[in-house]
Amino acid sequence: MNSSGIIFDIKKFAVHDGPGIRTTVFLKGCPLRCAWCHNPEGIACEPEIMVFADRCIRGCRDCLASCPQGALKKVRGVIRLDRGLCDGCGACAEICPAEALQSAGRTVSVPEIMEEAARDIPFYKESGGGVTFSGGEPLSQPAFLRGLLLACRAQGIHASVDTSGHAPFSLFEELLPLVDLFLYDLKLIDDERHRRYTGISNRLILENLKKLSLSGAPLAVRVPLIPGVNDADNDLRALADFCASLPGHHPLHLLPYHRGYVAKRLRLGLDAVLPDTAPPSSELQERAGKVFARNGSTVIIGG
Amino acid sequence: MTERIRRLRARSLRAVPALSSERGVLLTRYYRSGAADGLSVPRQRSGAFAYLMNRKKIAILPGELIVGERGPAAKATPSYPEITCHSLRDLDVLDRREKTRFRVSAATRRDFAGEIIPFWRGRTMREKLFALMEPEWLDAYEAGVFTEFMEQRAPGHTVCGEKIYEKGLLDLQAETRAALQALDFLNDPLALARREELLAMEEAAGAVIAFARRYAARARQLAKREKNASRRRELRRIAVVCEHVPAHAPRDFHEALQHYWFIHLGVISEANPWDAFNPGRLDQHLLPFYRRGLADGSLDREKARELLQAFWVKFNNHPSPPKVGVTAEESGTYTDFALINTGGVDPDGKDGVNEVSYLILEVIEEMRLLQPSSMVQVSEKNPDAFLQRALKIVRTGFGQPSLFNSEALVAEMLRQGKSLADARRGGASGCVETGAFGREAYILTGYFNLVKVLEITLNDGRDPLSNKLIGLRTGDPAGFGGFSDLLAAFEKQLRFFVDVKVRGSNVIDRLYSRDLPVPFLSLLIDDCIARGRDYHDGGARYNTSYIQGVGLGTISDALSAVNHHVFALKSLSMAGLLRALRSDFRGSERTRQLLLNKTPRWGNDDERADAIGREVFEMVFRAVDGRPNMRGGHYRLNLLPTTVHIYFGRKTGATPDGRRAHEPLSEGISPVQGSDRKGPTAVLRSAAKIDHLRTGGTLLNQKFAPALLSGEEGIARLGQLVRAYFGMNGHHLQFNVVDAATLRAAQREPEKHRDLIVRVAGYSDYFVDVGPELQEEIIRRTEHQEF
Repeated sequence: MNSSGIIFDIKKFAVHDGPGIRTTVFLKGCPLRCAWCHNPEGIACEPEIMVFADRCIRGCRDCLASCPQGALKKVRGVIRLDRGLCDGCGACAEICPAEALQSAGRTVSVPEIMEEAARDIPFYKESGGGVTFSGGEPLSQPAFLRGLLLACRAQGIHASVDTSGHAPFSLFEELLPLVDLFLYDLKLIDDERHRRYTGISNRLILENLKKLSLSGAPLAVRVPLIPGVNDADNDLRALADFCASLPGHHPLHLLPYHRGYVAKRLRLGLDAVLPDTAPPSSELQERAGKVFARNGSTVIIGG
Repeated sequence: MTERIRRLRARSLRAVPALSSERGVLLTRYYRSGAADGLSVPRQRSGAFAYLMNRKKIAILPGELIVGERGPAAKATPSYPEITCHSLRDLDVLDRREKTRFRVSAATRRDFAGEIIPFWRGRTMREKLFALMEPEWLDAYEAGVFTEFMEQRAPGHTVCGEKIYEKGLLDLQAETRAALQALDFLNDPLALARREELLAMEEAAGAVIAFARRYAARARQLAKREKNASRRRELRRIAVVCEHVPAHAPRDFHEALQHYWFIHLGVISEANPWDAFNPGRLDQHLLPFYRRGLADGSLDREKARELLQAFWVKFNNHPSPPKVGVTAEESGTYTDFALINTGGVDPDGKDGVNEVSYLILEVIEEMRLLQPSSMVQVSEKNPDAFLQRALKIVRTGFGQPSLFNSEALVAEMLRQGKSLADARRGGASGCVETGAFGREAYILTGYFNLVKVLEITLNDGRDPLSNKLIGLRTGDPAGFGGFSDLLAAFEKQLRFFVDVKVRGSNVIDRLYSRDLPVPFLSLLIDDCIARGRDYHDGGARYNTSYIQGVGLGTISDALSAVNHHVFALKSLSMAGLLRALRSDFRGSERTRQLLLNKTPRWGNDDERADAIGREVFEMVFRAVDGRPNMRGGHYRLNLLPTTVHIYFGRKTGATPDGRRAHEPLSEGISPVQGSDRKGPTAVLRSAAKIDHLRTGGTLLNQKFAPALLSGEEGIARLGQLVRAYFGMNGHHLQFNVVDAATLRAAQREPEKHRDLIVRVAGYSDYFVDVGPELQEEIIRRTEHQEF
């Protein structure tokens, strides 16, 4: 069993990723390339450096010498990273006094994560909470995820997995007995546009969801609501109909798109991919909620 | 809210705090009359009190149900020249300062110049106190190592017990007479002193009864002139109530509130005690009156609500007495800290939440007044519905009520040697201070600046701001071989300054017991009558002196930074660090950022920092806890700041955690502002690593954006956070629920946000009144909006 993996964040007091007060562990690496991805630092499998240029101290050159690749230089007093040279080793982030350079991605072991997660057991107990594994796509590090889920089981901690659904079903089957709740993301039913916006087909995702539902797994479906992508009536209806056609009855979470990812993409040296998209209006959220509720789903807006 | 309450509330909000010379002038005339000559000090005090209560103006305001003002009008605030005699310059400051201003009229100024100042100058407690302090004490006080609570205000700091609601002042007078009869002049060397004290108590009781009867007479008089029939009936009813209480025990809900209010006025007219006075476990005390009224049809829920709301307005009409100098800095607020306790357990240890508890919560929610302060005691025995009801008020963003752990309160009192029965009847008052209500004098002696002691340690006994040697020579830190050397040096300095503080406080204890007895307050607190001793002289059953440690977050981070960068990583030399501190990081921004960002910090559930916080706590605890005071009790530790962390910050240079010189320190046991980066559960976990049960109160502030708390889910999560923290023995938790944009808007246009109340530290205040530094700090406190 692989007892270590790469994560890019651990968030405490997560109250929107499953029941109760939770700790969310973000595993790095994802097969999808969603244009609106709010965790762009979770997409690549390897560690990378985020640059907060406005924090860089003029006159400080600590990081330049620390970089084994010579990927850093200062231009007019401000730090620049050559991502062609950077191998994400994180030496610069380690040394930067101002937190202008930060690592997204570090290798950690199952016991290290569990030590961190177990600290909040008093809060889980009080609230019926636990740990959520998110990402990235947590199933893209299957052995690591399995190790974590086993450890949760051993300590009696409620475990949720937040997944894009894009993984071999055999993997879901293997994890099924260890997962207390799946948070299953669903974006679009139209396959062509699913490919355009996420880079892959949704065939496997939809199939897996059906099978998982049939298996009786505790499951909540999460739909990001993105103006211009899936807010048209026919898209919402297709999503709602698909959910209604599932063998099991699952609560549905509508997650309004937000622009927090724009700043994150800039820190990673990426362009904003949906630059003009505004967050969904409350009218749109309400309208979408009604479409899903028509089919008898319990709809929660905001996760 | 009824139309009457709306009007009373609006008038209270509109009233402008003003200094009144009435009390000062009457007191001066009494002493100048010669009536006091030849009397023992307690009887001079009760004589002065009676003189005052017989002559002060009677003020029944239009529409009032609960009556009685300390001054001649709402927010007309008296002076206490026997304790602090304000100079003409003080009057100018009070009249003109931006915050906690008191208008001073030309007539008031004339009274001060012509009568009050000429008589009291040279005779005040404040002057006597400073004259008695040793040079080490004065140096430390001047440098901002500690403050002194008794320099401008009397010790006070107590809360009434159930006795007040069960007995009238005539009953207490009978008790004093019985105690007089029992005096043993054959064997007891203190018999004469006891006699004088008991006679003074008896006279003081009579003074407040007479005061209430003057109110009754005025109400009758007004009733005669009143054209409106329903108001006429009310005034007659007020007259009946004021004839009965406080002389006799109250018979109904209305009388119970009026009874307490007269007693409250007595306490805050006799002296200017810290934290005014406090009606205690109000929901439990009022319950029998409430039930009886409902049963016999004389009361309904709406009438009870209106009476409670009228009672609330009376508190708001009474700002804390004017403070100047360091006292104004350490407690920069109009709040006089009457913290009303609701919920918790009953004297049998069972769920104490009752129908009056919920009614009081509704009153808090509707009134949204600065005063009185309110809190809920949360016991394992209390239903979640009660906690969630309280949290829904918290969510409205005016900072009340604050939340206390009943089980912790009881455990703290048991550890201090109180009986289980007394502990269960107790609670928290002031900001967060634990006390046995009705039975304890738990006197706050002053704030203690832990960070300043570290600064002095890092400078071998010198205060770098004045370059004066005020501490011990514990060595040049550049010569320290390891972190433990620094800790050992710090502990030596700490013990030195705690000794200085305790020596001073012991003298001040005796000074107050000798020169400023409070016979009226002594009637109210057990066992002053039985012992024939004044409240200031160890008369209470329990006698505690608190020292309030300040800056736990900052000192933990500062020590952690030295440990981490100088001793562990050796990335910084001690000499280099000290140079950077001395220059306030000028030219060392890189070093400052390193210290700020690359240091394990308190409040992140990071054992590297939390172990240091715990170690500091243990050192302070060892230095303070269990030392005898001069009233037969002991010194105890609590950790709370009011507004002193700003003053102490101003008196403290740059610190190794990257804090610039003169910036505020952390408050209570909260993390340094903005340094908690792992969310509220990590803050609570860190905070719970010190042993709250060995303190007499800790203060933890958490700021939440309203977005986080939306819906039933948000309230449920918040309740679970509270329960989990209290399960880890946390003492107190309070929430600021506002967004930064609102606060910024309030800074720009204060006149539009006068009603914006925020939690400061153990109490709430009007945001526009708290001063720019504190405003900035409240905005900065980590928002958890992203979660």
